[in-house]
Formats: sequence, C-alpha cells, structure tokens
Amino acid sequence: MSGELAAATGAPAAARRFPPVAELGIGSLALVVIGGILMASYVPRRPPLGVPLLLAAVSAALLLAGVFLLSRLDQFAWPRFFVVFRWALLAYAISAGMIGFAFIRDHTRGAPLALVTVMLVIFALDVPLIIAFTVARYSSPPHSAD
Amino acid sequence: MTDVGRMQAAPSAPAVTRPQIQVVPLRGLPIVAAVVVFVIAAIAGNWLWALTFCHVVGGGLWTAIDLFVGLIVGPILGRLSIPARAEFTARFMPKMVLLMPTLVLMTLAAGFQLALREGNLDAASPNHAWLVASFIVVGVMAVIALGVLEPANIAVLFEMRKARPDGTIIAKLMRRFVYTAGITGLMQVATLIIMTRVATQ
Repeated sequence: MSGELAAATGAPAAARRFPPVAELGIGSLALVVIGGILMASYVPRRPPLGVPLLLAAVSAALLLAGVFLLSRLDQFAWPRFFVVFRWALLAYAISAGMIGFAFIRDHTRGAPLALVTVMLVIFALDVPLIIAFTVARYSSPPHSAD
Repeated sequence: MTDVGRMQAAPSAPAVTRPQIQVVPLRGLPIVAAVVVFVIAAIAGNWLWALTFCHVVGGGLWTAIDLFVGLIVGPILGRLSIPARAEFTARFMPKMVLLMPTLVLMTLAAGFQLALREGNLDAASPNHAWLVASFIVVGVMAVIALGVLEPANIAVLFEMRKARPDGTIIAKLMRRFVYTAGITGLMQVATLIIMTRVATQ
C-alpha cells in the first residue's frame, strides 16, 4: 500500500496507533473557545468568572493529559514534532498576543485579564501541539528507513 | 467529494517530477507581518475606517474563500486524478497555510474592536444577541479549522515533501481537509446571515 516505507518499517505510518493526543488537544481547545465566548459576550461589563474558570481548569487538565501521553511515546518522530511545534508556537503566540492586546486595550483588568491570559496560553499551546502531533504521527521516527 | 477515498487504493504517489513544496511560503511572511501591524495599529488607535476595512475585507475574503474551497474546489479536487490532485495540492495548500490564519486574525480582531467601539456588545444593544450568535458560529469554525483542518493541511504538505509520499496518508488527510472545509463553508452561510442582520438592525 505505501510502497517502500511500509515494507521497510513493517508498519505503515497510517496504520500505527497513537494515544488520543490530538483529540485531547481539540477538547481542550473547544473548552477555552467556549470560555472565551462566555467572557467576550459580557464585554464591556465584568464577566462572572465561575464557569470560565472551570472551563479553563478542565481545558488545562486535558492539555496536560495530552502532553503526558505524548511524553510516553517511544517510537515517535520527535525532531519533526519539535520543528513544527516551534514554528506553530511562534505563529499562535502572535495570534494570542493580539487577542490579549485587544482585551488590555479595552480595559480588561485584574482577575478577568488573568483568566483571559491563562486561556490564551492554553490556546497558544493547544494548536501547535495538535498540528505538530498530526505531522509527526505520520512521519517515521529517527533511525527508521523513511 | 467522496472520491477522495479512491486514493487509498492507489499505491504511493507516482515517482514523477513533483513541484518543490515549501510548507510556509517565506515570500508571503512580510505581507502577513504588514497586515498584523496594520490591525494592531487600527485597534490601538480605535480607528473606525481601518477597523471597518480590516473586518469587511478580511471577513469577505474569509467567507468567500471558505465557501469556494468547501463547496466548489473540494468536490472537484476529489474527482481529479491522483497526480493532478497531488500537483494542485502542492501549489494550493502552502498558500492556504498563510492566507487563512491571517484573514481570520484580521477579521476577528478588528471585528471585536469594531463591535465594542460601536456599542454593539452592550447587553442593551439590539445587536448583542446576534453578535453572541456570531461568536458561537466562529467558535465552532475555529475549533474545526484549528483542530482538524489546518493540522491536516500541514501534515499533507510534510507527507508530500517525502521522496515517496504515502498515498494512504495523503488520501486520509485530504478527505479530512475536504469535509471540514465543506462544513466551515456551510457555517459561513450562518455568518453571512448574522452579519447582514447586524448591519441592518
């Protein structure tokens, strides 16, 4: 099916099984997006923080679970993962910075700003993690025949 | 659209001369930087014309490209021969890697500031509920685009850079790209309805 690659490694890249890192990342991303929508819908008033705080906490837990599962992978294209992660992180840190700037510009202060910042940090980590994992899972680990 | 699956049955992409693939077109980065600086300046200065320009131009292009790719290009792409599909993808996807995040950032950042400036975010505004609805639509699209579509797009490009790309992987990821582009394209119809309501309240 995949020619020399499959034959050389014994397991085609598409058939290799991985823990649900991307799924956890998407879940985490969805929760911070919901939290962000909740907070943005109250602007310019001060939003109630209970539900967004809970969403951010669960989102962070999902992200950490994904990172934990990822860290346990042995046969994985780590060099490629880190190359993609680094550049994607740069791009999404700029995006998150711009969103944070808009909140600061609009006089969001104190606990709401802190919570928005936490959500933006999660966002800026989630997307590069999902992208880098998706790329690396279909790449062959170092020392393989790819 | 479903014909994308046909690639699965094919062997690795043929070893014909393929275009060099640059995952991120470096020549486009200065343009992206200029757009980002312009949007920051518009927000910092709370500059009505610039905010409106960024929101309308960015949103118009984002919506039109999403609809065009999701509903026109995607189904056509699924019916092309594998070499044609590979060549189109190699030239098309890198541009999307830079274009779409830039348009999304431009539209959302400027739009949020514009809504705040015009008082549309106030709970008393007749547009408040519509804007919250637009947040929800954009939120769903963001999760689909950032969590599924863009990773698939970039993974396809990395796969195609290999000496012998795996047809199974490309087919799987392209199917994901085509379906999610279709979904976000359809969701853009909701955005059009909401935004025209907001503009005419």
